[in-house]
Amino acid sequence: MNAGPLVVARGLSKRFPDGTLALDGLDFDVLPGRVTGLVGPDGAGKTTLMRLIAGLLLPSEGSVRSCGFDTASDLPEIRAAVSYMPQRFGLYEDLTVAENLALYADLRGVVGDERTATTQRLLDFTGLGPFTSRLAGKLSGGMKQKLGLACALIRTPRLLLLDEPSVGVDPISRRELWRLVYQLVDRGIAVVWSTAYLDEAERCTSVLTLDRGRLLYDGPPEELTARAIGRTVLVRGADRKRRVLAAALRLPEVVDGVIQGRAVRLVVRDGARPPSPPDLGAPDAEVIPTSPRFEDAFVDLLGGGPKGESPLSGGNRPAIPGADAVVEAVGLTKRFGSFTAARDITFRIGRGEIFGLLGPNGAGKSTTFKMLCGLLVPTEGTARVAGADLYRSGGQARARLGYMAQKFSLYGDLSARQNLEFFSGVYGLSGRRRREAIDRLVGAFELEPFLKVDAGRLPLGFKQRLALACAVLHDPPVLFLDEPTSGVDPLTRREFWSHINAMVERGVTVLVTTHFLDEAEYCDRIALVDKGRVIANGSPDDLKDAARSDSLPEPTLEDAFIGLVEAADAREQAA
Amino acid sequence: MTPRQATRARRLWALVRKESLQILRDPSAFLIAGVLPLLLLLIFGFGVSLDLKEVRIAVVVERMTPEAASLLDSYRDSRFFRVRVARHRAEVEDELVAGRLSGIVVIPDDFSARLARGARAPIQVLVDGSDPNTAGLAQGYINGVWQNWLLQETASRSALVSRPVAGPRITIEPRSWFNPSLDSRDSLLPGAVAINLTLIGTLLTALVVAREWERGTMEALLATPASRGEILLGKIIPYFALGMLAMAVSTASAVWAFGVPFRGSIAALVAVSSAFLGTMLTLGLLISTKARNQFVACQAALIVGFLPAFELSGFIFEIGSMPAPIQLLTRILPPRYFVSSLQTIFLAGDVPSVLVPNGLILCAFASVLFAMLVRSTPTRLE
Repeated sequence: MNAGPLVVARGLSKRFPDGTLALDGLDFDVLPGRVTGLVGPDGAGKTTLMRLIAGLLLPSEGSVRSCGFDTASDLPEIRAAVSYMPQRFGLYEDLTVAENLALYADLRGVVGDERTATTQRLLDFTGLGPFTSRLAGKLSGGMKQKLGLACALIRTPRLLLLDEPSVGVDPISRRELWRLVYQLVDRGIAVVWSTAYLDEAERCTSVLTLDRGRLLYDGPPEELTARAIGRTVLVRGADRKRRVLAAALRLPEVVDGVIQGRAVRLVVRDGARPPSPPDLGAPDAEVIPTSPRFEDAFVDLLGGGPKGESPLSGGNRPAIPGADAVVEAVGLTKRFGSFTAARDITFRIGRGEIFGLLGPNGAGKSTTFKMLCGLLVPTEGTARVAGADLYRSGGQARARLGYMAQKFSLYGDLSARQNLEFFSGVYGLSGRRRREAIDRLVGAFELEPFLKVDAGRLPLGFKQRLALACAVLHDPPVLFLDEPTSGVDPLTRREFWSHINAMVERGVTVLVTTHFLDEAEYCDRIALVDKGRVIANGSPDDLKDAARSDSLPEPTLEDAFIGLVEAADAREQAA
Repeated sequence: MTPRQATRARRLWALVRKESLQILRDPSAFLIAGVLPLLLLLIFGFGVSLDLKEVRIAVVVERMTPEAASLLDSYRDSRFFRVRVARHRAEVEDELVAGRLSGIVVIPDDFSARLARGARAPIQVLVDGSDPNTAGLAQGYINGVWQNWLLQETASRSALVSRPVAGPRITIEPRSWFNPSLDSRDSLLPGAVAINLTLIGTLLTALVVAREWERGTMEALLATPASRGEILLGKIIPYFALGMLAMAVSTASAVWAFGVPFRGSIAALVAVSSAFLGTMLTLGLLISTKARNQFVACQAALIVGFLPAFELSGFIFEIGSMPAPIQLLTRILPPRYFVSSLQTIFLAGDVPSVLVPNGLILCAFASVLFAMLVRSTPTRLE
């Protein structure tokens, strides 16, 4: 196999007809036999770069050669040598698994014995063998992802491009995908993997970091991570971790901060000393140096996370009298025919608590979530929100909860102001109360310049702010967030959590589902759902402690998640 | 076949197969291609009729003379009327007012006398103008019978008494679409076949390319070795087959279920339909390719394809009676040429002077649209 680079970009720029400069003078090589990560915030130009490498777009300036062919002139050769899996995997949902594979085999000219052998090998490789006659649209997210990969691999390419293959896919499926991709890399294929998950970038041999169309870093992830050595600390032992984080972000020397279980993780400016506990308003806490992660260095490279305090902070909500648990699920069970989607789900969430609902795709998370929102009536059991029974006095209960659905659920063709007006109407606000609610949130989220812009055209960060604003217009004591940050970059996610933290500090109760396990660290408690049951319940640190072993002294939450789900599956098979 | 051609053929076959499976599994395709055409045929076969049948009229004969009796018989014999005879207008006026009669024909007292004098022997026609459409039709039919009777009367009188007749001059020639020998269903149903082909050709295909853009599969398809021509043909071939099938079913039901005559040849029908279907498929794909959004594509297909086929093709509204600018507009709309060809094939037979120019014009439309389609089909995303 040729050891020369498989992608060579020189002075590569892309300007779109509307004038936006998506990529600005990139020079890089992609080598065979390794995974090259492509990371960067939303709008950095990751997808544009993928499409340029695949020959689906033409460079405005400079050139990019893939597998030795010029993408501008040698299109047929590139089509034959390069496989590209677009976002959403490029599958025909009304064709079966076998039909999708057969289509791509025919399109790529894989015939005869080679075809039989390859199809069989890919079905074994992806574990899709038992599902060949299932429609692609009826597969789970993880299975779709594997089928998309199999279709892209039907003729072994020299270069494989994967555009955000792990969006909306659970941690177990993600880990399997990595295993599959490493097998390919060992055979000398070059893989370019674009991702919003920074723990994935850490597993790449090399990463390209893009921001606003410019290449900020090109090299092994460890080298970038090393730039943050000596600048990362954990603050432990503070009883109000969210207060500590907010205080830390006000300090000029702190460039980034996140919550990690019971601790707060901080990154300080190059050359600055870590803040002392009194600086953070927590004299009894301890500040311990810790080894940096790729994410620390990445956020630092991009100029740091959102600073200062969320405009939503301040003030305190009165407690709800006579309710010690704000959200309460008692024996929730949902059966669809003979299939039990959720079985005996029981938990209580206290005031000012963030509760995470995690689990693999198809585990019953969404069913549980919908029952808690009153969108599904349980077969057995009951749920109370802020003291009101969801199924007896549903209207009263729903008036006390704010709901932010996946993909933001805004009206893309209405302006930001019209969206706010619509949702305030839905929540029964009118007249002065409505005006005040809208003005308060427009001020807090700095939406003023965007009020006349269609929600669909807002920059992602503002879209997220608007969606959150619409969910809290009626100042609910309870907030339900269903994968609120799916497909959103780390910086925008940090800003989102700063708002959530500020609200929680005021006494709002939050229930959240997510596939980002670093995000689950913000939760006070987590319920892990698998096959319709709660298999573990506790704080992130409790779950990590349960997964600690001699071979894994410092488990991440993802290790804990996978370990617990696998152990539950093993128990079930033994029984 | 060289290996290269074999590879191409396999790719094309794979795309055709994929599209066909999608058609078979898509309930909306079944609705648009199967249920909607049958519904249209039923509506136009049973529901809509531009003829009046058994119109209830009264004939008031003020004095029964041989001539008056003869005219009365003419009305009675017509299959269009159910005739009630009266002596005085007053007897039936109330019936007209109550809407139980659509018209009254008054044969006046001096009818025969004036006829004999060679003067114009007017009859009076009263119609219920509250429904102008029916009123117009009734008036037309009544006039038609009257003109017919006059002609026959004149002819027979000339034959009996061979003298030059200063017979009644015919002052009004009812030159409208009305034609007593023609059942409107016979001209409507071939038109409905054209509407069906427009539905399948434009509405259905307008959705398919846009759907691939929306679902992100177009991006995956463009990244494979499939060429632009293969992708297009992969769409056109299955929908062409579907369209021809629908055409066959509509034609068969029009002929056998509704008794519409079929005087032309199947070869001519297939040839003209192919040309039209080709035009409409290309138009649908062009809309879909440009729009890249199913909703917009659907709206555009309705406005550019379906509505003109319905209203400006001569299917329901006679092109000759449209304002001049609209008539001019119909000339650049393919359905016009297809509807007139179909009506000719069904009702008149293979008339080359109609079919050949229409067929050529349709082929020209198809070629121009296809060239535009190829140009606007990308090999990249831009």
